[in-house]
Amino acid sequence: MKLNERSVAHYATCDSPADHTGFLRKRVERHHHHGTSYQRRWFVLKGNLLFYFEERESREPMGLVVLEGCTVELCEAAEEFAFAIRFDDAGARAYVLVADGQAAMEAWVKALSRASFDYMRLVVRELEKQLEEACKSLAACRNSPRRSSSSGRKRHLSNPALQPLQEKPTTLENGYSTWSSGGCVAGGATCPDHDVGQTKPPPLPPRRRSAASSATGSPAPGLSPAMLESPVPPETICFSKLHNWYGQEIAVLRREWQERQKRGHP
Amino acid sequence: MRYNERELLSLARQPAEKAAEIRMSVPKKGSVLKKRLVKLVVNFLFYFRTDEAEPIGALLLEHCKITKEEENVFSISFIEEPERKYCFECATEEQCQEWVEALRRASYEFLRRSLIFYRNEIQKMTGKDPLEQYGISEEARFQLGAHRL
Repeated sequence: MKLNERSVAHYATCDSPADHTGFLRKRVERHHHHGTSYQRRWFVLKGNLLFYFEERESREPMGLVVLEGCTVELCEAAEEFAFAIRFDDAGARAYVLVADGQAAMEAWVKALSRASFDYMRLVVRELEKQLEEACKSLAACRNSPRRSSSSGRKRHLSNPALQPLQEKPTTLENGYSTWSSGGCVAGGATCPDHDVGQTKPPPLPPRRRSAASSATGSPAPGLSPAMLESPVPPETICFSKLHNWYGQEIAVLRREWQERQKRGHP
Repeated sequence: MRYNERELLSLARQPAEKAAEIRMSVPKKGSVLKKRLVKLVVNFLFYFRTDEAEPIGALLLEHCKITKEEENVFSISFIEEPERKYCFECATEEQCQEWVEALRRASYEFLRRSLIFYRNEIQKMTGKDPLEQYGISEEARFQLGAHRL
């Protein structure tokens, strides 16, 4: 079976951050000889791919272990700090690896057992649900000013970070107010007020309209008529939809920029 | 480069996120479009001859660019070799758009960015870190600003 090996090798060695790296001793599988031996290799975990290099400075990986459908377990090998990557497929070889110490072994086992794409996808879906629920709770809180337990989450009301949202609509840099009595604004345009200065909020899409006018579908007052309607409803919290939408905007801007370049600088 | 082909073949037999018969060409001189069974499983795209059980090949979908080409057609190319394109001709424009969307979301890197995004949003809204329950909140790969590609 062919594999786009050049691209895979490039992915292994490019400067996108690795999830875990370190030296491990890898058991050598010998069919014809008895006894086991280990070879020290430099291991790099990126996503669901475990690469190993002959040396830390090697330009190309020696090998790759695809980590889907595997289990990682501590090993009863003669070696201390050994663990194994095993696959469901009966008869598939296991990869026996030996770490330098207890801490290194634990760190590797932890990292590898959570490396699968399936695991990531599970976590992302769960967070997606949680965000949706948080949005709904927030909307419910704002709609019922009493401390009702309809949302069952009192902490929303007592959370100081959320109070300002109920009291005043936040006017954002582009002059559009996004808060009103109903609905929840999508992630990406949330209030920058209670951002505790750790990170800057993502740039606000100019087409965001107030939730109050979303029912009528007409742009909020103040929106320039030249602005396009957002194809994505304000309640969108799905990252991939937002991702696509931002992407479209970028594609349009890029095309315009390229055309301007062709015509010479304006 | 060695790899655990056996596991990859096993992965190719897993239920796919998306599978269809699509005409496909590889970036080789003189390559023509041929009908293939194309199957998306996690961050791999497998392609089979329509009557065979074992795939001809697999594409790891990291650091790749999915481009909508002319009508019904999209291509996959990789960051370090943008001119080498795998082309796919779909039956309809709708099918083409569906595949483009699905493939753009198919990388592990995309999942990672989604996770960081949702985590941050939940934290802003609720004041609570949703990853704590999984015991993975400290992992470097999930920190905001950790992955600027």
